[in-house]
This record gives sequence, C-alpha cells and structure tokens, in this order.
Amino acid sequence: MAFRRTGLRRVAVVGAGMTKFVRRAQETAQELAFHASRLALDSCGLRIQDIGAVCLGTAPDAFDGVHMNGEYLSDGAGAYGKPFMRAYVGGGTGVFSVIQGWYHVASGLFDAVLVVCEEKMSSCLPHPQAAFLTIFDHTTERPLKPNLLWIFALEMNRYMQKYGLSKKDIARVAVKNKRNAMDHPAAQLAAEITVEDVLNSEVLAWPVQRLDVSPTSDGAVAVILASEDAAKRITDKPVWIKSVGWCLDSAYWTNRDLSYPEYVERAARMAYEMAGIKEPRKEIHIVEPYDPFDYKELHHLEGLLLAPKGEAPRLLAEGVFDRDGDLPATPSGGLLGVGNPIAAAGLMKVAELFWQLRGEAGKRQVPGNPRTGLAQAWGDLMQVGTVAILGV
Amino acid sequence: MQKQMAIVGVGYSGFSSISPGLSYKELMYEAAVRAYQDAGIDPRQDADGFVTVAEDFHEGTSIFDEYVPDQLGAVMRPVHTVTGDGIHGLIAGALKILSGAMNIVVVEGHSKASNILTLSQVTAYALDPIYNRPLGLNPYSIAGLEMQRFLHQTKNTVEQCARVVVKNRRNALNHPSAGHGSDISLEDVLASERVASPLRKLDIAPHSDGCVVFVLASADAARDLTPQPIWIRGMGWSNGSYSLEQRNWAHADYARQAAQMAYHQAGVEKPHDEIDFAEIDDTFSYKELQHMEALELCGEGEAGRMIDEGATQPGGSLPINVSGGSLGVGNLLEASGLQRVLEVVLQLRGQASARQLKNVETGLAFAWRGLPTASGAALVLSR
Amino acid sequence: MAKIVRELPGLALTPEDISQRKVLSTSWVPKAEYAWDAGIAMGRYLEELRNGRLMGVRHRRCGRTVIPPRIFCEQCFAPMDEWGELPDTGTVNTFSICYVSWDVKRLEVPEIPAVIEIDGTSPRVGILHKLGEVDPQQVKVGMPVKAVWKPAEERNGAITDILYFQPI
Ligand SMILES: [Zn+2]
Repeated sequence: MAFRRTGLRRVAVVGAGMTKFVRRAQETAQELAFHASRLALDSCGLRIQDIGAVCLGTAPDAFDGVHMNGEYLSDGAGAYGKPFMRAYVGGGTGVFSVIQGWYHVASGLFDAVLVVCEEKMSSCLPHPQAAFLTIFDHTTERPLKPNLLWIFALEMNRYMQKYGLSKKDIARVAVKNKRNAMDHPAAQLAAEITVEDVLNSEVLAWPVQRLDVSPTSDGAVAVILASEDAAKRITDKPVWIKSVGWCLDSAYWTNRDLSYPEYVERAARMAYEMAGIKEPRKEIHIVEPYDPFDYKELHHLEGLLLAPKGEAPRLLAEGVFDRDGDLPATPSGGLLGVGNPIAAAGLMKVAELFWQLRGEAGKRQVPGNPRTGLAQAWGDLMQVGTVAILGV
Repeated sequence: MQKQMAIVGVGYSGFSSISPGLSYKELMYEAAVRAYQDAGIDPRQDADGFVTVAEDFHEGTSIFDEYVPDQLGAVMRPVHTVTGDGIHGLIAGALKILSGAMNIVVVEGHSKASNILTLSQVTAYALDPIYNRPLGLNPYSIAGLEMQRFLHQTKNTVEQCARVVVKNRRNALNHPSAGHGSDISLEDVLASERVASPLRKLDIAPHSDGCVVFVLASADAARDLTPQPIWIRGMGWSNGSYSLEQRNWAHADYARQAAQMAYHQAGVEKPHDEIDFAEIDDTFSYKELQHMEALELCGEGEAGRMIDEGATQPGGSLPINVSGGSLGVGNLLEASGLQRVLEVVLQLRGQASARQLKNVETGLAFAWRGLPTASGAALVLSR
Repeated sequence: MAKIVRELPGLALTPEDISQRKVLSTSWVPKAEYAWDAGIAMGRYLEELRNGRLMGVRHRRCGRTVIPPRIFCEQCFAPMDEWGELPDTGTVNTFSICYVSWDVKRLEVPEIPAVIEIDGTSPRVGILHKLGEVDPQQVKVGMPVKAVWKPAEERNGAITDILYFQPI
C-alpha cells in the first residue's frame, strides 16, 4: 500500500550524546546507558521530566548476560515512570531505534522522546562471539557449531565471486574508516593502516581477515527526538528526520542471493519514497552505511542505490567515499574505526549525521555544508536493512 | 482517541500445556492464517507492517526477530520485534497507524513455554546480575515479597486471593481453548503447597503454549474491511522501578500510570462506571486484586470486598477475567496480553459463545510483563 | 560535540584489571535448556535424514522447490503442495576456509563451511553444511559435491547425520 505521506508530523533530532567505545568498560550496562542519556539531555538543555517516552535498543541479551535486558537497562535509560519500549532487529537495531522513536513522536502522543542504545559485549565469556552461536537455526544449523564469521565469509566470498573483486578492492574500506576514526574522541580502533596491513593480517575465515572486521565493544549512544513545535523551542538547529524505512528478508538465508542485499534496497526505497527523493546519488550528501566488515560498507552502498551493483569498490578506489570526496561515506570512522557495540554503533551513525548536518563534527566535519544524510544499519542472518534520512 | 484505528482481524492457536505437534513457526502460521481470514486480507498485498513480541531467552534463540517473517507472510516487508508484552507490541503497531505512515499492521505474540526446560532459571537470569542474582533466590520469592506487602497495606486477605483462583479457573471451563479450567474449591487453593509464603502453588498461573495474531487498521481501512471494527480508544504503557531495592511493593504504580494514560486518551473519567468488563493480569492471584486497585476499577483495599461480593464474577457488576485469565487459560509469556485483548475483542463482537457477557460496549485489557519486572501496558477498546 | 564535551565518559579496562581483581565482577553461568518441538515439516525432514534421504517441498503456484522443508510457502503465504526426495548432491554456491571455532579458538585444521545448492531445487536454494576430504585450496564456487553420510546405525535424525559434503 502507498504511504499516506500527506500530513505526517515532522520529527527532529535535537540532541545527542555518547560514551567512548572500548573493548571492556568499567561501567555497568546501566551506567553506560545513563552517561549517554545524560549527555544527550545536556546537549539540548532538557531535563528527564521533559521526556515523554523512552525507546531502547540493545542487541541479543546474551551479551549483557541478562534475560529481559531491556527491563534491566530501563532505570539507566531514564525510563522510570515512563512509557518505555525496546524494539529490535538484530544488528539493525541502532538505526531502528530512531525509527521506533520517529513513530512515537509522529503518532502525536509525545513531544520529546529519548532514544538510547547500549551494548556491553565484554560481559560475555569466554568471548562475545560465542553468543552468536544461538542466532543460528536450532535444528538445521546449530548442530554444525557455526561461527558468526562463517556467514560473513560466505557472503563476502559470493560478492567477490559475482563481480570478480579482489581482497585489495575491499580492504580500502578498512583503511579509510580507521583513518577517519582518528578524529573521533570515542574511537576504539582508530589507526593509520595500509591495504597491505589488512591483506597481511591474520586469516580468520577466508576471505575474512582480522583487519576486515570491527571489534567487539562496550558503549552507549543516545539521541533526543522532538515534534516540530517542541524542536523549534529547544534548538535553533533542529535536524529533521525526513524519512524512515526498513525491511526484513526471509530467515531461510541459504535460499537467497547473497551477492546483493535486496532487503537494504527495499528499506532504502521505502525511505526515499517517504522523503520524496528521486535521485539518491545526487540528493544524499553524506552517508553512514553499516560497516561491521569492510565489504559490508560496499555491499550497502550498492543496496542503498548510491553505487551501481558491483561498482562500489571502483568508486572507493577513486576517492568518491573519502571525507572530502563526492559522497563521503562513514566520516565518523564507523564500526571498523570507532567500534562496534552493536545497537549503540548503529545509533552512533545517526548521531554522526546530527553533528555533521549541524556543522559540529569538528575535525571530522565534511566540507561543503551537507544538507541531507542517510544512516543505515543491517543485521540478523544477513537479512535486515534499517534506514533513516536526516536533513536540515 | 476518537475511532482512529481498530482491530479488524483476530486469529489464535492453542492454548494448552504442550503443543508437540507444531513447531513455533507452524503455531504462528496457523494463528496468522486465521487472523488474515478473519480480516479478509492477503498479508502479501495488504499489510504495510508487522510487529512481533519475543524475548530471546524464552525462545532459546538470540535476536529471534530473524525467524518471524516467513510464517507471517512478512518476508521483504517492514517487520520488527518488541521485547515486551503483546500489548506493548500492539501499541508499537498502533503507533505506526497513528503516525499516518501505515494503514494495516499485523501484530503477533506466542508462547512455547513447554519447550523451555529450565524456565525458573531463565527467569532468575533476568535479575540484576550484581545485586540480586548472587542471593540465589527463586524468582517466585519476589512475588511472595510483593503479596505480603500488598496484603499488609491494603488489608485484603489470602482468602480473597484464593477466591480469584477459584473464579478464574471456573471461568475457563466455559472457554473451549483454555488449558487450565477446573472446578476447584477455596480450600483446595488454601491447602496447596507453599511456594514463597504467602504465595501457594495454586496462586500461580500455570504455563500454556499458544499464539495470537491481530490485524490492526486505520479508521478508513477498518470501515472498508469489516462491519464490526473494535476501536482502540486508549493505550498506555509504563515502567516502574526495575530495581528491587526501590520498588513500590504495595501498589502497582506501572499499572496506575499505564491506565491513566489510556483512560485519558479514551476520555474515561470514572473507570468503574465506564469500563464494562476487564481482562487484567492475574499471573498470580493477588495480582488481579492489586491491578484492579491500580487500574482504579475500585478504591484501595476494596478489591477483596469486590471478589467477596461476586462483583467480578461473569454475572457481577464488573466482570473480570471472564476468559479464565492466566490462571485459567495459562501464562502465555509474551502472548499473555494478547490473549487478554483477544477476549475483549471477542466479547465486544459478541463471539464469546458460552461465556458471552450481555450489553458490553467498552472493555479494558491490562498486561504485566511478569517477574521480575515492574512494567505494564493497558488498552481500552470499544465497539 | 567537541564544543560541549572534551572528555567522553567510558573507562577502558585492561585484561589485567580483571584477572588481578583490581576491579571486581560477578560471574554467572546461565542455565537455559530447551527442547524445541520439531513440528510437522522439520519433524519429517529429520526423520528422513535418519533414513539417509534429503527431502524438499514444492509449491505449484510459484513453482519453487525448496530445502529445508516448511509447511508454508513464505513468498506466496500459502500451504506447500508436495514433498519430494532430493538427490544428496549439489553445487557449492559459496564457501569459507575458517580457522577459528565457534567460541573463537584457533583451529589446527580449518573447517570449510559452505552453502550447497541441492540438485533438484530452484535456483540459489541451498543448505548450510561443511565440506570434507578436500584440499581447502582446491575448493571453488560452482564445484559439484555429494553428501557423505554417517553409517545408518549411527544416524539419529539430525543435520549431522550428514558428516560433510565431498567433491565428486
Ligand atoms: Zn509459492
């Protein structure tokens, strides 16, 4: 059915805050959520009493080691005595939380909503990756003892095969993002590395090598959404959420074309339609695609219709996605450079757009006064795309 | 809210102690097919979005939302999961319609409680890992603490709590899908095994498997689809304190806040007079009484008297849990709230067969998320 | 952001902080056990695996034949029409050479997970399994493979009744 575009209530991002992303934080999950929430409130001069509802994002409970983890985090996220909702779509949760918040405000029920994403992966022993065993089908896949890296390696290999790509073509993403992160005060893995460093790093699950992969992290991010009237009262520089979109593909991931993220395209088309965007390549000035692995950024740029199929690596090599390029991609440093506390990492991308579009990104600032940006996350069994388009 | 959105389709599967014949996907498929048939929609063509409710540790699968699209007709569509009660999920769906961005939204919740072999250990895993878990207490002890304080402060009695069990289990005998209907006596309840005093075994709702699916629609779509839309007039949800150290043990503040929000939207000023019947959380017997007071269906300390007088019986002035509630139908984990909404819809449609109430216009459904939470959600529905 | 906050919160710990108990932690081993009902489609699939056979299901309306089986066609949202035995051969759609176990321990001998398109199904329809009896460097996308089964008396109705797939 067509979207009833007319009359949608306008929603803006008016504040944002985040903690550092670190391998292991001393703070508890609740404390991380509190710090990010507090910073977001302070950034726009609001008090918790001004917040009508709280939306929370956190990926599997298995990381934090708490069943009903949303309830556990509710106190730290400022939800005491408030309407509180935790929604999730795996790795796509960070951007989805903003989508969820958008519906809260757009419904007309709330004027200001706090969106908080937190992940404390270090609680999970012996290694956070072990928690991923339980994302696989309990009957047909888990008995094979699959590693999370398998599915990415399988997808990456298929992508490389389909378009005849080399590891070198893809490694440039890791180089770019880790370099961009040098300018991010929260970054966990900022570094000046070379393509050769990536190609010489430890092979984990060929074609995936150590430096192709984002780290496991602890961290939290929060943003504040407001209705049009409230936003104008709160700040001179609201950043409008122009549209949202998301899509979930079949769980039968071995029955799909792994070389192209069709679900990301569907999510993007939903968002483009809602925002009235006809030519994304021209109308999007800055993009934060989800980059837990280097090839994923390229995959997603193609799915978002910001690069022709199989050609994102060429555009990357030409410098199009550099911070001062034609279409800056992941100027924050992304998951590869800043870190990957899963849901928080997705929300970090929205926060980055907020700062970039307000011209407050400091050394990371993209030149040329970008007016429209797109943040995207992805997750589950290579299955979900979540998209938010922001603009000033 | 004035008739902005409605429930236009319901489907369910269950509710019984075990369901070995169907996988969770097949259970969901069965309920979804029925809901779409009831609403007269094809989910592949007509549904704009889908919401499911699930907790990873109840499913035994991390990021369980992966496994929901196929059996709901939601492949390649906007679908997400809420970790909340089914009413939280229903509200998440309703927000999408209220925003004006969607016309038809599907909401699903299910329970395969029988597949969880270590349910009480899983529940304990929801406790604060630093302050509470190391004490090694059975989570039912939290209910014992709360029941004790609630009874002490409100002067309601354990006998009155037991009467709730007798009522709801008997009500379930008139519900062909209820898993735990029985004709038990007050003495049976009061003589049942102590679990966490004053809580006894029969004060606790047993678990059931099942699935409930709803189709929600905007006002225009609803009028096109059905002559009998059930309007969502108000919805509210709220969290009390997760921390056991700071909790309000006597009163369900989350329920009061959720209800006030829903009543305000619905324009309900005197709940006792304006709500014709209610399906409210009775995961434990005392919870029905505690929630009645928090939901302002009676004053503080009056819930016990109401059950003594039979006011909450199916023939009384304010029937509560005519379906049998969780005590009679079974605790359906995240789907519990949806079962309560289902009963309200069936009653308002006049489809509740042997347990049909007469002349009901407006009903209330209220869900609590269960141990160890202080989180709840309320829905006011009208014909 | 730089204007508002100079130093962000978040105290990074080293492994020694934990091992030497400089900062304290509590630990807990979750006891979460399940017995998932296999149901109709998966129940039959597992039963036939025990018999040494791979089964698929077919939907006439869209013409798709898929594995693993399901009672509904997720594309059309309608019941599947028929069951059929599939050959235990297929083609490698994609593969990886994996040097770490599921809990991130380094493996002496790498594992080779692969998506294997099963012969007789619709295009791109496969299952996740492993390859064996092959030099990892010789594995290619498009390579034909065949299932190597456990001996009949050791099969118990699980995906592991197939040990691995081997190049033909
Ligand atoms: Zn079909």
